[in-house]
Amino acid sequence: MTQWIEIGALDEIPRLGSRVVRTPGGNIAVFRTESDEVFALDDRCPHKGGPLSQGIVHNKRVTCPLHNFVIELASGHAVAPDEGCTHTYPAKVENGTVWLALRQAAAVS
Amino acid sequence: MLDKVIKQKLVVIGNGMAGIRTVEALLERAPDLYDITVFGSEPYGNYNRILLSPVLAGEKTVDDIMLNTVDWYEDNNITLRKGETIAMIDRRTCEVVTEAGDRIPYDRLLIATGSNPIMLPLPGKDLPGVIGFRDIHDVDRMIKASTDYRNAVVIGGGLLGLEAANGLMKRGMNVTVVHLLDTLMERQLDPVAGGLLRKSLEERGMVFKMPAQTQAILGEDRVTGVRFGDGTELAADLVVMAVGIRPNFELARKAGLHCERGIVVSDTMQTYDGRIYAVGECVQHRRQTYGLVAPLFDQAKVCANHLAMKGFATYDGSVTSTKLKVTGIDLFSAGDFAPGPDKEEIVLQDANRGVYKRIILKDKKIVGAVLYGDTIDGPWYFQHLRDGTDVSHMRERLVFGAGNLGDGGVNGQSSVAAMSDETEICGCNGVCKGAIVKAISDKKLFTLDDVRAHTKASSSCGSCTGLVEQVLAFTLGGDYSAAPKVKPLCKCTDHSHDDVRRVIVEQQLKSIPAVMRFMEWKTLNGCHSCRPALNYYLLATWPGEYRDDQQSRFINERVHANIQKDGTYSVVPRMWGGVTTPGELRAIADVAEKFNIPTVKVTGGQRIDLLGVKKEDLPAVWADLNDAGMVSGHAYAKGLRTVKTCVGSEWCRFGTQDSTGLGIKLEKFMWGSWTPAKVKLAVSGCPRNCAEATCKDVGVVCVDSGFEIHFAGAAGLHIKGTEFLTKVETEDEALEVIVALTQLYREEGWYLERMYKWCDRVSLEQIRKRVVDDLKNRKALFERFAYSQQFSQSDPWADRASRGVDRNEFAPLAELELA
Ligand SMILES: Cc1cc2nc3c(=O)[nH]c(=O)nc-3n(C[C@H](O)[C@H](O)[C@H](O)COP(=O)(O)OP(=O)(O)OC[C@H]3O[C@@H](n4cnc5c(N)ncnc54)[C@H](O)[C@@H]3O)c2cc1C
Ligand code: SF4
Ligand code: SF4
Ligand code: FES
Repeated sequence: MTQWIEIGALDEIPRLGSRVVRTPGGNIAVFRTESDEVFALDDRCPHKGGPLSQGIVHNKRVTCPLHNFVIELASGHAVAPDEGCTHTYPAKVENGTVWLALRQAAAVS
Repeated sequence: MLDKVIKQKLVVIGNGMAGIRTVEALLERAPDLYDITVFGSEPYGNYNRILLSPVLAGEKTVDDIMLNTVDWYEDNNITLRKGETIAMIDRRTCEVVTEAGDRIPYDRLLIATGSNPIMLPLPGKDLPGVIGFRDIHDVDRMIKASTDYRNAVVIGGGLLGLEAANGLMKRGMNVTVVHLLDTLMERQLDPVAGGLLRKSLEERGMVFKMPAQTQAILGEDRVTGVRFGDGTELAADLVVMAVGIRPNFELARKAGLHCERGIVVSDTMQTYDGRIYAVGECVQHRRQTYGLVAPLFDQAKVCANHLAMKGFATYDGSVTSTKLKVTGIDLFSAGDFAPGPDKEEIVLQDANRGVYKRIILKDKKIVGAVLYGDTIDGPWYFQHLRDGTDVSHMRERLVFGAGNLGDGGVNGQSSVAAMSDETEICGCNGVCKGAIVKAISDKKLFTLDDVRAHTKASSSCGSCTGLVEQVLAFTLGGDYSAAPKVKPLCKCTDHSHDDVRRVIVEQQLKSIPAVMRFMEWKTLNGCHSCRPALNYYLLATWPGEYRDDQQSRFINERVHANIQKDGTYSVVPRMWGGVTTPGELRAIADVAEKFNIPTVKVTGGQRIDLLGVKKEDLPAVWADLNDAGMVSGHAYAKGLRTVKTCVGSEWCRFGTQDSTGLGIKLEKFMWGSWTPAKVKLAVSGCPRNCAEATCKDVGVVCVDSGFEIHFAGAAGLHIKGTEFLTKVETEDEALEVIVALTQLYREEGWYLERMYKWCDRVSLEQIRKRVVDDLKNRKALFERFAYSQQFSQSDPWADRASRGVDRNEFAPLAELELA
């Protein structure tokens, strides 16, 4: 079941930056663009598992800090000529609060 | 109802380079025409056989050389039956039969079975430890043998044999190459070039026995040695036979297809049975067989066209050229170089440079070329050879290469400039200069990798990498009409680094968005290349005024630690001049234990590195180090890194000055400063140079009468000794010159341009004039550096550990527990 979970205030994520959400299944990176859109992806680069949350965000993309793969935030796909894909999660902002949807039910601790 | 078109069935026997290149070309031309099934005896996707040599030499891995992974076949709806060998072709029923007895029907059949290594029919040839050099399995066996055994004998001094011998040698084996004749690679080289090659391989430790005929391979359960025609014997635990290849056409012959030395094909790559095509090393075309990929790829194109039912391309045979893939040896050969009464030769031999060139002419045309040591002009000669150009008008200067025929440029670039657009640069993939230049200018490519990704040039055997780089340099930097005039900062803009720096000052631009707006950036927020560059330029131009943009910093500089491959960080506290105290060491030990830091390592810059620190632990680790009086070592910074010193006059019996003291003084003055790229310093107490000062960005070598200042060295990807800048008498002068030099570099260097590259670009004389000769300018540079230091000498660790800077950076936003 998809369930929206509140994960924090938008202001706590820097513009053109990212914060991570810890889950038992690994970190999820939540990105904030210049125009305050948010995107959530597994914090693992499809190349060699680099932490995408630590990359430089530009427009709706992030560059992996380890070897410069560029990943589309919306789809999780690597930008050509690189190949690969990272799992994405639905995320939204409502009244300054960021929400994340996971397939299973979860609780904020 | 869907009316489903029944596709024709194409079966491919041989999952190798020629077969799959044909399939790729076919998919480009007619993606939906056939249901394709590929059979391959080897249990892998298609890999780059050429690169087995670098794999053997340990320069590449098997993963690196995969061309088509199993996913590729799936994505293109191709049935790959790897590890399955076809035992028979039944032309009557139009079926192939696998070894297991499966029958698979075909409408069209493509045979691409390659060739087999020739195993000399010697006694003992079937003993374990006697192998050919053809596939991954062979390489695996050789690598295994190199760990278990010591002595290898390679039979055959041709291309393959030498590459095998080189690889085994790199893996630590004693290698003897046995060759029947007295010239190595006699089919490609003349005796002089063969001799030069032998000499340089001998210098690397290879041993040759030649001319020598192998008579028997000795051993009971495994090979133990080799016996020669003259009765002598040599111990061997591994024997590699590399005496040649034999086209693999048994299957075709048994099916009644006409074969001679290979499967005989027409100019459309068809066998005598019009439904059956053949490409690759297994074929014979116009009496020729081939053993290099370039002609096979030509064949593949023609064959694919025909299979796609498009056009009437024909294959007319290929002229080939050869390069040896032994790192560090440059060798090129093409055409026919046997001397003859109707031939003329031009020879250039420069023993000092180790260069030998021989060009063979016939009827005013180049018919052959052998180059050793300097192969830059290889493709140029090869082009004229294939075009049959009348070269009589340039005969006198021909041997000096393209660069010497008129346009007087520098280094290799001029020869690239002189090449016509049709000159083939990458032989493996048939990419000519024009195609590369066009891709560079149309797609705005700047790096070798870009060019590889877009044109495939230099992506197979890699021998043409140097040439491709020159085409890049020439296209981007030269006055090629369609190309951008100067190298843009990155793909987000057409403006160069210099333009950007100038406009920032002229227009008083003080933020990244302001620069991007004014200079009409093509992307919304730039990219990972330009944002850090702009951030640096703004910081260097407006010290104290510009607020550092953390989101435009590479992660290491944002969190003041170095990211590691697993996402943890490393922490390097500053040790002024490489000097520490028992108290500091104790504090480091405590921190390492308290935070379970897995690795503590001494760095090349005389510091201690704590590796594997979790990001959330960083502030606490820093707090503990701060408490013991230590600050950030900036091991992550495009800025002043380390000042390495020797113990100098304080302890050393040779020391002439207090090198340690000067190093500490320099480091205390300069720490915290940002620069275009990292800056490493060293101070040695005498010319014995124990601190290795002459390969640093700036190095001081103390002498009795003062201090020699050197700069623009490097010892990383490139190795370069420093340039001598000047000599001064006092420590204060040394400090002033070094600081002024660094400031000039800060103001002029392009982002990520190391000091030695900057020096190359603006010239040593220019720099010396402004830093050494012009005293007023030196003072002014020094003052500007000192001014900006007031704003950057605040310990970034303390800021974050106890002053609350960037608190959000180190903690997760939320923690979720799945219910
Ligand atoms: C170590 C090494 C270095 C080389 N270096 C260079 C170089 O620098 N430059 C250069 O141009 N060339 C080089 N070559 C030569 C080049 O690799 C070959 O010319 C090229 O691979 C031949 O392609 P092919 O498709 O004809 O044969 P292959 O690539 O050998 O493919 C044939 C495939 O068919 C399979 N097969 C055979 N029979 C059957 C069957 N009955 N059923 C199913 N599958 C079958 C084989 O297992 C094999 O995988 C090198 C070769 C080697 C071994
Ligand atoms: S460089 Fe000279 S002074 Fe310094 S340690 Fe070596 S020998 Fe001694
Ligand atoms: S040489 Fe440097 S970059 Fe290469 S693996 Fe070692 S630490 Fe990493
Ligand atoms: S792990 Fe992301 S680019 Fe290599």
